[in-house]
Amino acid sequence: MSTALNSERSAILKQNRASRSERLLRAVRTPGGAVFVLLIGLLAAIIVLNPSFGEPSSFIRFVGRTAPIAIAAIGQYFVIVGGEFDLSMGSVVTMQVIVAGNLIRQDDSKVIPVLVLMLVLGAFVGLVNGLITTLLQVPSFIVTLGMMLALLGLVLYWTGGAAQGNPADSFRQIGRGGIQDVPVLDVIPYPVIILTAVAVAGFVLMRRPYGRMLIAVGDNPEAAALAGSRVWWVRTRAFMMSSLSATVAGILLVGYAGVHPSVGRGYEFTAITAVVLGGVVLGGGRGWVLSAAAGAFALESLFTLLNFMGLQATWRDTVQGAIIIIAVAAASRSWQRKRKGASSAAHDEQHQLAAAPTPAEGTEQGGERV
Amino acid sequence: MNQRAGFFQRLSSTQIVYLVALVTLILGALLVNSIGRSFFSPGNISSILTGTSVLGFIAIGQTLVILAGSLDLSVPYVTSLASLIAAGVMANNPNNVLSAVLLTLGTAAVIGLANGLIVARLNVHGFIATLGVGLIISGYLATNFKGSFGETPLAFRMVGATGLGPVPISTIIMLACAGLAMLLLHRTRVGHHLYAVGGDIAVARTSGIRVDVPVITAHVICSVLAGMAGLLLASRLGVGSPTVGSQGGYDLLSIAAVVLGGTLLSGGKGTITGTLGGVLIFAMLDNIMSVMQVNPFLKDVVRGVVIVLAVAVYARRRIVSRPERFPAKGSAETPAAQPVPVEGP
Repeated sequence: MSTALNSERSAILKQNRASRSERLLRAVRTPGGAVFVLLIGLLAAIIVLNPSFGEPSSFIRFVGRTAPIAIAAIGQYFVIVGGEFDLSMGSVVTMQVIVAGNLIRQDDSKVIPVLVLMLVLGAFVGLVNGLITTLLQVPSFIVTLGMMLALLGLVLYWTGGAAQGNPADSFRQIGRGGIQDVPVLDVIPYPVIILTAVAVAGFVLMRRPYGRMLIAVGDNPEAAALAGSRVWWVRTRAFMMSSLSATVAGILLVGYAGVHPSVGRGYEFTAITAVVLGGVVLGGGRGWVLSAAAGAFALESLFTLLNFMGLQATWRDTVQGAIIIIAVAAASRSWQRKRKGASSAAHDEQHQLAAAPTPAEGTEQGGERV
Repeated sequence: MNQRAGFFQRLSSTQIVYLVALVTLILGALLVNSIGRSFFSPGNISSILTGTSVLGFIAIGQTLVILAGSLDLSVPYVTSLASLIAAGVMANNPNNVLSAVLLTLGTAAVIGLANGLIVARLNVHGFIATLGVGLIISGYLATNFKGSFGETPLAFRMVGATGLGPVPISTIIMLACAGLAMLLLHRTRVGHHLYAVGGDIAVARTSGIRVDVPVITAHVICSVLAGMAGLLLASRLGVGSPTVGSQGGYDLLSIAAVVLGGTLLSGGKGTITGTLGGVLIFAMLDNIMSVMQVNPFLKDVVRGVVIVLAVAVYARRRIVSRPERFPAKGSAETPAAQPVPVEGP
């Protein structure tokens, strides 16, 4: 009975579904889809200016360079889509970089324990952020701002504000090394592998009940609470994932940038910019996780493009500022257009329901039994 | 315990702010006395009040913007730009003071107008709009100014250096601006509309308010006040500096001061008086820690902890004091449970 009903329903669904190309077109027209078009356009422009960028080996290095900020953007996405902010991200990156530099030093045997310690620290910072935001009802803007000041102050107090020695090379390899002698690509940097893993995990997570719940909580926390979700725990986990992703970004940055208290400064705003550029709406409830990562790539390739065009590096901020305003203004236009509703397709003859689902025996409503 | 909770609930958030300020004052006096210095010496009072003025200007503007339901993250860059314009135009010539001040405040107003238009007309979240405008200015500053620039004449420097007794002139100007902002909020139409728009923009619009006007006004005033802060800094330093605003961290600190003053971050509820209390708490904390010679990095830790703790106090109070809107018994009969009539295509 149940299977028959299911197949009938899926047939109806299939009939009412737009064609694949139409669905793709529709996705591209949302802000979250448009960022992919923007990214492809930017990459094409870079390759036109500098054809060697298009070679697989240098392209994969570009992906590796961008991995830390993309991972941070994915972490920030969870918090933003849940309707909150995480401003402590930059300080977490700085903290982890300093912790790695000070605790590992040149001792290879300490790499694993310190790595575990860093992950625990990251999760703990997120837990504190989340619990204060949800249980004490302090706005996350304030909580994470306080955390940002306190963490950075502690780290600078600990180190006296000076640069530290680099940790053991085996640890730095995570950020700068890679699998050598790969055909075509030449080298696959570890950051690319880690980014892929994080992106896949994020994608899968957002399709699981937790991800759906997070979006529901971001859209309307009261409704989600009434529907039985434990809002505080959903949001707290989002904060923990954000801090953990900042930790991973920090681990990768040790390899690239070395150990210095200025590593990670401003990371929170760059991550938020990337997320917003990816069409995720501040305030929560709307946006795709992979678009956030694509936003980070779009931002980074924009900077690369400007670099090739010979623009002074000091103008970076100006470009970043102009871009986010334009992107968000365009996105809010597009959401508005959607709300006013060009919904004619839904009322077409051919899209009408062929048959309403009939109630199964012993139940009062149509639909499958769980 | 119950009685104490009742006492707490009867206080308005502004009263709690000043209660916290009083506690800070007493603790500070005890701590400072314990190392053999006087907290209430004219010199120390003057230094605390001086500490309130720059953050005070910015926080007053930030209060207006937050009340309107927006945010302003561009203030530190406006402040830096203002100090550069002022010092650059004055160029150590007392005759240029008036034109420099007017040009500075005019530029700041234009930036504020841009912020307001982006927020109100383009429907960009205030966080993003002002972050973007701030970054645009920051890129301009980083490209064109490598170090301090220009020079302010002695007459202008006196504004930042003199005072009536222990009260610096700059603090008096700041308090005058606060008074004007209060008049705006409580005695004018735009002020009332500001609260309405910040409370619920949709309700305000359907009530016939032009929702753009208060938002744009708040942003313009906020930028002008950030420009005033820049003028004050130029007068204190004697030169303009491209990093003076961002080093002070005025964007986030001013927001923290506003929230510390009991204003809701989501807008629509709060007072200038509360904000002044928040600024005073920050200034006293800074002063106490300076006198006690606390490590400058630990100051940030203390600030961060105080911000979160203080806001947690109000936030908990808000949960407790909110009355139930509907009795639990009648919930089944609320209109939401009835079927909604389907609208035709």
